[in-house]
Amino acid sequence: MNTLQTQAVILIILIPLMSSYAIPLFGWRWKGSAFFIALTAIGASLVCSLILLATVLTKGTIHYHLGGWLPPWGIEYVIDPLNGFVAVVVCIISFLVTISSKESVEKELPEKKVRFYTIYLLLFTGLMGIVVTGDVFNLYVFLEIASLAAYALIAIGEDGAPLASFNYIIMGTIGACFYLLGVGYLYIVTGSLNMADLAKLLPPLYDSKVVLIALAFFLIGTAIKMGLFPLHVWLPDAYTYAPSAVSSFIAPLMTKVMAYILIRILFTVFKPSYVIEVVPVASILSWIAAVAIIAGSILALAQRDLKRMLAYSSVSQIGYIVLGIGLANKMGLIGAYLHILNHAFMKGCLFSVAGALMYRTGRRNIFQLHTIHRKMPFTMGALVIGALSMIGIPPTAGFFSKWYLILGSIEAQNWVFVAVILASSLLNALYFFRVIENVYFEVSQGGLKEEPVGDPVREVPLSMLTPIILLAAGILLLGLYNERIISGILVLALPRGF
Amino acid sequence: MKPEEKMVDYLISKYNYWVYIFLMMLGFYAMMGKRNLVKKLIGMNIFQTAIILYYISIGVKKGGTLPIFMEGAPRAADYINPLPHVLMLTAIVVSVSTTGVALAVLLMIYRRYKTLEENEILKSIR
Amino acid sequence: MDIVYSIRPLLAILVSLGAAALILASGRRPNLREAWTLLAAVAKFLIVLSMAPSILNGQVLEYTVLPLSPGISLQLRVDPFGLYFGLLASGLWIATSFYSIGYMRGLNEHAQTRYYFCFAVALSSTIGVAFAANLLTLFLFYELLTISTYPLVAHKETPEALAAGRKYLTYLLTSAVFILFSIAYTYQLAGSLDFVAGGFLKGQGSPETLRLLFVAFILGFGTKAALMPIHEWLPTAMIAPTPVSALLHAVAVVKAGVFSCLRVIDYVFGPSLLSDLDLWLVLGYFVSITIIGASLLALAQDNLKRRLAFSTISQLSYIVLGAALITPSALMGSVLHMAFHGFMKITLFFCAGAIFVKTGKENISQMNGIGRRMPLTMAAFAVGAFGMAGIPPVCGFLSKWYLCLGSMEAREAVFVLILLTSSLLNVAYFFPVVYNAFFKKEAGEGPPVREEASWWMLAPILICALMSLILGLNPDAFIHFHQIAGMVAASIRGF
Repeated sequence: MNTLQTQAVILIILIPLMSSYAIPLFGWRWKGSAFFIALTAIGASLVCSLILLATVLTKGTIHYHLGGWLPPWGIEYVIDPLNGFVAVVVCIISFLVTISSKESVEKELPEKKVRFYTIYLLLFTGLMGIVVTGDVFNLYVFLEIASLAAYALIAIGEDGAPLASFNYIIMGTIGACFYLLGVGYLYIVTGSLNMADLAKLLPPLYDSKVVLIALAFFLIGTAIKMGLFPLHVWLPDAYTYAPSAVSSFIAPLMTKVMAYILIRILFTVFKPSYVIEVVPVASILSWIAAVAIIAGSILALAQRDLKRMLAYSSVSQIGYIVLGIGLANKMGLIGAYLHILNHAFMKGCLFSVAGALMYRTGRRNIFQLHTIHRKMPFTMGALVIGALSMIGIPPTAGFFSKWYLILGSIEAQNWVFVAVILASSLLNALYFFRVIENVYFEVSQGGLKEEPVGDPVREVPLSMLTPIILLAAGILLLGLYNERIISGILVLALPRGF
Repeated sequence: MKPEEKMVDYLISKYNYWVYIFLMMLGFYAMMGKRNLVKKLIGMNIFQTAIILYYISIGVKKGGTLPIFMEGAPRAADYINPLPHVLMLTAIVVSVSTTGVALAVLLMIYRRYKTLEENEILKSIR
Repeated sequence: MDIVYSIRPLLAILVSLGAAALILASGRRPNLREAWTLLAAVAKFLIVLSMAPSILNGQVLEYTVLPLSPGISLQLRVDPFGLYFGLLASGLWIATSFYSIGYMRGLNEHAQTRYYFCFAVALSSTIGVAFAANLLTLFLFYELLTISTYPLVAHKETPEALAAGRKYLTYLLTSAVFILFSIAYTYQLAGSLDFVAGGFLKGQGSPETLRLLFVAFILGFGTKAALMPIHEWLPTAMIAPTPVSALLHAVAVVKAGVFSCLRVIDYVFGPSLLSDLDLWLVLGYFVSITIIGASLLALAQDNLKRRLAFSTISQLSYIVLGAALITPSALMGSVLHMAFHGFMKITLFFCAGAIFVKTGKENISQMNGIGRRMPLTMAAFAVGAFGMAGIPPVCGFLSKWYLCLGSMEAREAVFVLILLTSSLLNVAYFFPVVYNAFFKKEAGEGPPVREEASWWMLAPILICALMSLILGLNPDAFIHFHQIAGMVAASIRGF
């Protein structure tokens, strides 16, 4: 491996971290530079992540020892196909969403730009750190970095944003503390904090109560952070009231990275056999996920606010991923991994569309969007593609995640799950087509026909439109090419034995 | 050991765990049960402190001394485990930062709603 | 079987997708936009036609686009059955395009760009369904068909139209859920989703499992095929503009449903498996209820398009009945009826639309004497009506003949009875329309003025009516429907 390949592991975190310090320095003098530094840093990380993924697929798992200390005494960064894949997903979505953030930040938070991008980059750094690290405590550190940045970013929205952020702080801290407790318990019995080392040290201890409690703490902690029903209560408010650029960034990414943490804990630190046979955690998770899927969809039906509807929809979609993890068979896991990718693109696209609507019309109420497609045809076209993908119409990406999850459920002979997945498609169709109807057709709802205020409603500027179109195109392409992704990357990312 | 002695041993020799469980539950109750946002925040702090205490307590060894390097051949068994201390330094920093962010958010809430009672805030939002 | 690799199936699908994009782009210039539609229709038909000689020689054209799922590809295969449906759909699109131009301009309709765009995408999807080589590809295009026809159903954007659109989606998306389950389960059982003439599910599961699977499939695909009791979306969808009702709901959408049912019956399950499971007779009785029931309901309709809708529901079940009878002649009749019914029904719908454009009348009770005003139109209508009732020499007679032959071959004479009863009912609900049109006086004004619809509409009407006649006399005329149908029936093993 040449130097760039070896160093890419650390660069992927170092560049955004250093840039986030550079932004206040440069931004003090040149306010406009904040955006460009942020974009460049994320772009550099994107390049690194692509290099890493390519290297992992050809040369095998990459190990990077921080400071030259050998594991398990030192902190180790490990890239295997799974986190290489997740890293690329996070970087691509971050990059596209950041491009579209320029205009919306200008409009919503003009005098806070510099501080915004500083924290924004820290959030990105935190997420990348979670993905690349191979040490459980290091993961906690990055988890908290990301969470703190998220708390701050959410709080600068309008309406009930500070309260939403405060609730998120309380619940998120509980989640992170539970995670920390889990780490503590594992440390007591093994003396190690390195994931690979733990995987070696734990099997003889599998019948110990301490290990079981550690797993329970991990699960609850990540469940809170992921927004798995019924620990999702912080999510709708946080996503709804955050500024557009923030919700477009957090919604597709944060919960996915937390799901990645769950996969790591369940299948790397603890062996799959523990999770499936010794303690039936996987099946408990899958049942909770099934409830989450239905509950999220039903709650989404009741919403009039577009972003709130999308937030509850996210709760439902996290259920899909956890269902795939809980099924713990090959098709289920492939479905879960693929859905991490697909949902990131879908929600990235949909929240960006919501952001575009906010930018041009200042509105979020579904029933006030009359025939807006005439003024914003491309944005609404992207909305349709995103909606079709969420419902699960081939050849969009969303269909294929559901396809694999259904195959996995059938393989596990669990017909309830099949019914749940199919029913949720119909529920999704209900609330997404309601939006499409309002956007494309003149649905007279008595008295709500005011003209939009402010600027005449036109299509959003190119810097916002391009990422939206790219994300929508991505949804289509990911659907069509999903087999390449699976056979090229995901099959390698499965835990051993699947 | 006889059952009663086992029970007593449980309660007394593992007192550090009982302390931290008590503190954690206290903090948890404050976060969930109190209406005032500052009290919730303090509860969160107590919660995090409990975990920090727990970690530090697990590093203690019988007959171990402070983990400061002394002259002569070092024997690991003589020092109490410094790793949890190091980890908890990080956790304390995290706790302080979270408290800082939370206080900033509370300031924003106070400016906007003029109160820090959760039920009053929710009433004024609706 | 001789497999030839050719990109033409993919081209046939893509040509109207490309046209769809161009239509969107030329929304400001209606003549250019309409030109794209016509060009695409003709091009698509020519591409499909160009594949006919190979198929008639016993070859099969195949093209794998890309893998969709480990082990399953987005694969196109043109076999006789697929070619048949492809020719039907693409050929009738040409007629419908001309007709649409006359209709939309005659009524000065709104949102014409969206209309032509959706039409083009819908036709792409239909050809995709026709040429699908496996269940997953079929499902992909099937769903695209649902989505692309929704804006056409809700075109008028009135509250009723939107409610109709919602009902349309509810029925079709729910059925999609059943189909998806069936496909996933089939994959789990058999490990493959490729269509094989004569079925591939034999021995892949227990009888109960396979019976359940069959029911799920039929419920799923049967919704588009408008089997009762999941037929209600079709009459409600008549609120769409008439060209939509004509092509989509008499030819493309419903025929895609029937086509898929036949694919399941003959290319997934197969005749011998169905007779082992005793499912064919059950299915036969099930669709007979639709045949008679829909005809009875048709009698009660005053709105002409609704009457035609119920007639369609009834006639579609002929096709499924033919397949259910699992004998060669029945299958032959079934396949032939797909095309013949298509031509006849499209003529009838075209006439209904022409009447609406010229006089604004939708109800049969208002249509007294309209034969004086629009004699050519009503003559074509009469031809279509004759054919529906099965009166020679219109083509409807030929397909019914084969179906009756098939019933006899299956040794179930009851179905002959059902077919005859249905023919009588057809007479009962069509003839009054024709009689009133020609032999009653028009209410109101004095001597009627001869005023046909514009040539854009009249020409397709007359051509389709003429084709119905010609096909009845020489079923191999122009497009070799009879020969291809014969190849389909012969290729299914296991009778």
